[in-house]
Amino acid sequence: MNASETIIAPATAVGEAGIAVVRISGPRSLEALKTFFRPTSKVNTFQSHRLYHGTLCDQQGQHLDEILAVYMAAPQTYTRDDVVEIHCHGSQQVVKAVLQLYLEFGLRLAEPGEFTYRAFVNGRLDLSQAEAVSQLIHCKSDSARKLALSQVEGQLSRQLYQFTEQLRQIQILIEAWIDFPEEELPSEDRNHIFATAADIMTQIDHLTSSYHSGRVLKEGAAILLAGRPNVGKSSLLNALLGEERAIVTDIPGTTRDLLEEGLTIGGVPVRLVDTAGLRKTSDPVEREGVRRAQQKLSQADLVLLLIDGSKPVAEDDHYALAACEGQPVFIVRTKADLPTAEKNNISKYDEYNISSKTGEGIEQLKNAIQEFLLGDYLPGAESVLLTEKRHFDSLVACRRNLGHLCYSLDSDQPMELLAMDVRDALYCLGQISGETTNDQLLEGIFSQFCIGK
Amino acid sequence: MSGYGKKYEVIVVGAGHAGCEAALAAARMGRKTLLLTMGLDTVAQMSCNPAIGGLAKGHLVHEVDALGGEMGLNIDATGIQFRRLNMKKGPAVRAARAQADRMAYSARMKSVIEAEQLLDLKQGTVIDLLLQGGSVAGVRTREGLDFSAKSVVLTTGTFMRGLIHIGLNNYSGGRAGEPASMGLSERLREIGFKVGRLKTGTPARLASRSIDFSKLESQPGDPCIRPFSFLTEKIERTQIDCYIANTNERTHQIIRDNLDRSALFSGAIEGIGPRYCPSIEDKVVRFPEKNSHQTFIEPEGLLSGEMYPSGMSTSLPPDVQLAFFRTMTGLENVEIMRPGYAIEYDFVEPTQLQATLETRLVPGLYLAGQLNGTSGYEEAAAQGLLAGINAALKSRDEKELIVGRDQGYMGVMVDDLITQPTLEPYRMFTSRSEYRLLLREDNADQRLTPLGRQIGLISDRRWQVYQQKLSELGQGGGILSQRMIRPGDQKWIAALQLGELKNGLQLEAVLRRPEIDISQIAELFPELQELSDQVREQLEIAIKYQGYIKRQLEQVARFREYENISIPENIDYSQIESLSNEVREKLSEVRPTTLGQAGRIQGVTPAAIAVLHIFLRKH
Repeated sequence: MNASETIIAPATAVGEAGIAVVRISGPRSLEALKTFFRPTSKVNTFQSHRLYHGTLCDQQGQHLDEILAVYMAAPQTYTRDDVVEIHCHGSQQVVKAVLQLYLEFGLRLAEPGEFTYRAFVNGRLDLSQAEAVSQLIHCKSDSARKLALSQVEGQLSRQLYQFTEQLRQIQILIEAWIDFPEEELPSEDRNHIFATAADIMTQIDHLTSSYHSGRVLKEGAAILLAGRPNVGKSSLLNALLGEERAIVTDIPGTTRDLLEEGLTIGGVPVRLVDTAGLRKTSDPVEREGVRRAQQKLSQADLVLLLIDGSKPVAEDDHYALAACEGQPVFIVRTKADLPTAEKNNISKYDEYNISSKTGEGIEQLKNAIQEFLLGDYLPGAESVLLTEKRHFDSLVACRRNLGHLCYSLDSDQPMELLAMDVRDALYCLGQISGETTNDQLLEGIFSQFCIGK
Repeated sequence: MSGYGKKYEVIVVGAGHAGCEAALAAARMGRKTLLLTMGLDTVAQMSCNPAIGGLAKGHLVHEVDALGGEMGLNIDATGIQFRRLNMKKGPAVRAARAQADRMAYSARMKSVIEAEQLLDLKQGTVIDLLLQGGSVAGVRTREGLDFSAKSVVLTTGTFMRGLIHIGLNNYSGGRAGEPASMGLSERLREIGFKVGRLKTGTPARLASRSIDFSKLESQPGDPCIRPFSFLTEKIERTQIDCYIANTNERTHQIIRDNLDRSALFSGAIEGIGPRYCPSIEDKVVRFPEKNSHQTFIEPEGLLSGEMYPSGMSTSLPPDVQLAFFRTMTGLENVEIMRPGYAIEYDFVEPTQLQATLETRLVPGLYLAGQLNGTSGYEEAAAQGLLAGINAALKSRDEKELIVGRDQGYMGVMVDDLITQPTLEPYRMFTSRSEYRLLLREDNADQRLTPLGRQIGLISDRRWQVYQQKLSELGQGGGILSQRMIRPGDQKWIAALQLGELKNGLQLEAVLRRPEIDISQIAELFPELQELSDQVREQLEIAIKYQGYIKRQLEQVARFREYENISIPENIDYSQIESLSNEVREKLSEVRPTTLGQAGRIQGVTPAAIAVLHIFLRKH
């Protein structure tokens, strides 16, 4: 990905909308615009960030499309390079022709994510923002999109920045106490360090506890349908899919056992996995299916264990229940339209009665699933969610260092070792939002304290 | 021009703290060496405060000593007050500091140089560099002599185009009372070096007999002195006190009233001064809420009547200096012997250097000290030593010495200098090191003496002392891991207040307890008393801070991963397509030798490092 080349790619999904935007970024952007664009009214110099109306003509001067074009001069652009955006009509043929024209002109088709990559490389975005943008591109549902947007606007960055600032302040004090013993500094205050560390730890705990719902929103949750054969799994699958059937992907190669369906439940992307029945069997083919189903069990975010409500609880039900041990499980009693055979709960898990035939209980089940997957998080709320495993790991590592800092304070370790814990904690945050340089630290010391003997 | 008959292998220009170490190292490594200075009477001159050491600087002195340099021995022989700082803040930030008898310091260094067999000390002002086929070939002096050598070390300090400011007056000078060196920086520019301008300053010197010390708080040295050098057994010189005085609102008012007469505030100074060493007018302006600033009044020597007031550097005119000093308690009748001044000087941007301190532009030319934009005698000495070593190694066609960031503050400093832009005079701080816990004063010899031995700079005596220390460490470690305190050893248990013991405890485990230190244990176990104080301290550090040390060693291992990936010298960054132009420019300018170093260059992003890494793997 050579940053001196000028790249081009459609910036909007092709084929559906009335308008498509094609984006060009790099040093030749303006030249690319001038060469093929005939503005409606005469333009001597294109002003930056101003929309022009006109036609796009090909190499032979033939009219290609009526367009709006905007030239944005570096660095006030998404990539911080010169950028041109062409708003043409949304048909595949038009977009293809525009791309073809410019590829022949010598521009290169952008790699996936290359605009964002440039924005990141040119320092426009920090790593967490760049990651959120790539999520935005890939986001699968409304909630994920909102989450991605709030990260772009720097909510996560803001919160991490705040931690970093708090820790930096402590670091400035500690390092000043260490490096300038002969200067007049505020007296050493270990309680203040402890209080700050404890405060950040609490906030990190809050953030990391949102990791689960954040990840579920981004990657989608895996929900496994389990139960003995013919208990009504396929019917429930169809009932849940209903009108919400958004993306249907059959995973090939798993002929007999697993079938995955994608849908959203209450704004949460969900992969619904249908399994072969869970029961003791001697049939080798079926046994393989059961084995795979059990393996899948452990990766599921939630297991819906189906039990035929119209029949007495059978040995196979208990077998299936045992196989789910240790997993989050909802017991779903099917066929609620038929007379109920058993009234008592058969397990410690929450139980739901549904009828796929009449739709009875399906809405309640969906609500329960949404609530379970998102916890306290309401889609659209202002809370900051952690979606990246990397963020999660960095925060956990940061918290571990802060924990060690508290331990060091408790065991009365000297200032130098506290400094080490603080430095390591900052390093972990730096992996997300950029490192603290030595010079920033020294600047902090010299601007706050009168140093100089 | 006439040639000078004698051939040299290494020429060192400038006999300050960098030049002395460079020349001694080269000569001790068997090179015929010439040390040229503008004035034979100012060898190893302390131009500013009469003190060596302090945080990070004391560490540097220990490293210079461990590698076979002279600074540690010189201050031990001429120090008149020793203090170890930060005794309670952790094992690695304990630092030695000493007041020097300024004239004695200079005189002793000169006599050591004069006694060095292969080293010639001569007076001469270098005005030109002689080049041959792009490489350095020697120097030319104003006196009309050409000296030739394959390696030249420049250590010209603040002398290049030095401009002294006192109030609104300014004149050319390298140090108060000494001329500047005018031709050399022009020549360096001509050759193609990027030359910048910095500023520093020094306070007035006060007449001792005009100060009423009875009104000042005195500050004595340590009763028990730990010398700088691993070779020094005892400090012989008479020890004296420093004093503490304070400015007040009247002092500040006088300063504020006369700001228009300060070179700094009138805009006469274009060079950038250090943030950590502001002038007194800077402090008063920037921290208006402080109604008093402390100053240490430091003696300049046993025979000297001059006193150095620390932190009072200024570019105000002499009459204002006198007026503000006289507002201070104890200084009501003070006399100024030399006024304070600010000085601007040229420096060579050190990103043009390699980690050996050789310039990339002119093979065989090494730069060290304040010329590289640093400040401080210790920083200068450490660079001088490295430059001298490498000049000698190069002239022997041997592999040059590079000290890593994990091996010493020297390494941290050189790496910072060659990868970071110099925006102010560079001073060492312990916070600049990522591996501070490993870079202690007490283990400087373990870190560097074997390296020094390899290159032939460590004398047999020093090597013996070092071997002795290692053997004592082994012995002490054995005692601590093998000797036990058993439940029946009531006398010991009571003495150490160990409480009830169910099982035997190794001494190691006892020492791990926070409330117990090794001196308490040594009182009970005479075999520990046979070990030196330094060895006992180190044994204690190794055990008490084991967990933290292990953590740092793991960090070093991670650091080494990238540090050990070398970048070929002839790499063509324009061939790496995915790098942005800005990153390419940076890399081409600094030409890092390892991937780790590349990552420390400002503006080189982690993404760029990933790209570079992939490129290096492929090729």
